[in-house]
Amino acid sequence: MTPPTVPARRNLDRFSRAERAVHWITATLMIVCIVTAAVLYNGSLSIKVGHRHVVELIHVYAGFALPAPMLLGLASAAYRADLARLNRFSPSDWRWLRSRTRRDGLIRVGKFNAGQKLNAALTAGATLVLLGSGLLMFYPGLARLSWRTGATFVHDWFALAVGVLVLGHIAYAIKDREARRGMRTGRVSASWARAEHAAWAEDVDVGPDQDDKRA
Amino acid sequence: MSEEGGEPAGAPVGRRTVLGLLALGGAGIVGGSWVQNGLARLLGPIEARDPTGLIALFPLGDVFRFYSVTGSVPTKTAATYRLTVSGLVARPATYTLPDLQAMPQTALVSDFHCITGWQVLDVHWAGVPLSALLDRAEPSAEATAVRFRSFDGTYTESMTLSRARRRDVIVALQLLGGPVSHDHGGPVRIYAASMYGYKSTKWLSGIELTRGEVPGYWEHRGYPLDGTIKN
Repeated sequence: MTPPTVPARRNLDRFSRAERAVHWITATLMIVCIVTAAVLYNGSLSIKVGHRHVVELIHVYAGFALPAPMLLGLASAAYRADLARLNRFSPSDWRWLRSRTRRDGLIRVGKFNAGQKLNAALTAGATLVLLGSGLLMFYPGLARLSWRTGATFVHDWFALAVGVLVLGHIAYAIKDREARRGMRTGRVSASWARAEHAAWAEDVDVGPDQDDKRA
Repeated sequence: MSEEGGEPAGAPVGRRTVLGLLALGGAGIVGGSWVQNGLARLLGPIEARDPTGLIALFPLGDVFRFYSVTGSVPTKTAATYRLTVSGLVARPATYTLPDLQAMPQTALVSDFHCITGWQVLDVHWAGVPLSALLDRAEPSAEATAVRFRSFDGTYTESMTLSRARRRDVIVALQLLGGPVSHDHGGPVRIYAASMYGYKSTKWLSGIELTRGEVPGYWEHRGYPLDGTIKN
């Protein structure tokens, strides 16, 4: 028996409601952190905006809140499953990272490609480092001066790195309309999934779905 | 945790990356001030002369961070600037900028330490020793502290009279080899070398002798009344 020909507009479930909520709340907090960080760090912005204590409080509390959606997300099975996928690197992930033609689809990618996995790990780790170093800066009684100087040093560089990661993340999202739709509505077209995440598409695409039957 | 069919489990690289970053961050907190000092010695002179200002965008060396606690701070010039010395004194006085410039100046090279950890090493400061202004005002017997006011309209700070008389506390007119710029708290600010930056009141407009230290802007927000730098 030959497999049925696939209609163009079939959709696959990619992200659950809980996962999308975690993403968008984290995104909002991250943007607040980045905008306030720019005001706190850039001298001409600092003087123009003033109100240092208010800006600082917004920055600090948005930063404290940043891990919260990710921790709350652990209550969702779909979120935990995706976290496990992001954590594990297969041999083909390393091949994908090294390949110059990684987008041609010859290396079959799972739900997340190796770049997404790397971005997730780097952003998560850097966020925790920013939280820890930020705590030392905000509560000066916690550590001696040289550690606070070190914390400022670490906070500056990790913030810069996270800024680059976030910009890269947004740049890739801007280039890929269907990926954005996945995070907005939770669903992606089967054709997109087969092109970008072939191994995942094969796993979850068990045949025509509800939309199909109506078509 | 295993994944559904098709995708091999693989090594937990994500977790290792997170733990690696945490280790790097921890090492940076403990050893970062040493690295930072090296970078600052190396890049500080270049950064100070960088016409593009691009180096300052990166956290490479020691750079001042500009704090302002209000919306906008008025700009004061030699013509409009006034410093009043008042409170528990026999001789209240008002000084103009030329008055202060005409007084004997003292210069010092000393570090600026913010309580949050950022620092600028070997900064050139010059100005009138605060003790000279205090002596002229003749504080009364019950005066035990000095309170600074800023013409930003909000900021105040205090220190004990004995600390205010230290030789390393100056009413600064010069910073980094030139007049104290507006963003640095000019034309006149306090610089107290042995205390954290929040004691070095910017945009100084008033010096008031008081009975006891009056908690100021940052003390109300959690910083210690005694701003002495402790290592």
